[in-house]
Amino acid sequence: MLLTTLEYVPGRNVIKHLGLVQGSTVRAKHVGRDFMAGLKNIFGGELKGYTELLSESREEAIDRLRQQASSIGANAVLNIRFSTSTITQGASELYVYGTAVVLE
Amino acid sequence: MAEIIIFLSLLATGYVVGTTLERHHYKSILKREYALRKLPLIASKKLPDDFLPCETSLVTGNVVISIDYFKHFVAALRNIVGGRVSSYESLIDRGRREALLRMREAAHNLGANYVFNIKMETSSISKGYNNNSIGSVEVLAYGTAVIIPKVELPVSESQGTLNLKPK
Repeated sequence: MLLTTLEYVPGRNVIKHLGLVQGSTVRAKHVGRDFMAGLKNIFGGELKGYTELLSESREEAIDRLRQQASSIGANAVLNIRFSTSTITQGASELYVYGTAVVLE
Repeated sequence: MAEIIIFLSLLATGYVVGTTLERHHYKSILKREYALRKLPLIASKKLPDDFLPCETSLVTGNVVISIDYFKHFVAALRNIVGGRVSSYESLIDRGRREALLRMREAAHNLGANYVFNIKMETSSISKGYNNNSIGSVEVLAYGTAVIIPKVELPVSESQGTLNLKPK
């Protein structure tokens, strides 16, 4: 599965457009991490626990996108965009979407 | 009385530790930006035709970064009179540059020559102390790494986001 933020794949032609595919995941922070983050809020700097949590969750969203794309027979997803939204104080949604296509 | 002492000591630790961490962070950012100066980031959507044949791959970089207690206090004061909030400016700047650097490091590990069509996204993660101001932000940078096999394209020394040399 080829993923790209470009609108085309250089050197390859699109045979068929299969429409929008998406993947999303909602993640909450756990108490331990939240406590450490509270401490970090005094000192400033990177919150490594959150960075990892968010990048893992984003990987999962990408996995779901990939599964959806392969289930409809695509071999590439073009024009991928990420979006993050905070749902409540402790949880955020990570969303990824793109256009599934069949390349020759 | 005890509350005032706690508040003042929080301000002092926030100032001392926060400033030290920020200085170290900027030092490491400058060093890594200098090391990666030959990997240009390009915001355009189209690749030049002479890049073909090439391979592409999605690369991402993210960071969650938090403000310290002292700066948070200064920003709250600034909210009363309005104007430029420089304590948040440095927070966002550090976050963006760090996220971009992580994306470039990921691209560099793939052996990429360029990163095309870069998008950046910022979202606030926690809402600070009184739930109405920014406590920490997440910055995500993503783009398409372009790997051109073998052919070395000339890249001028001046390209890249920064020309600062580390001391």
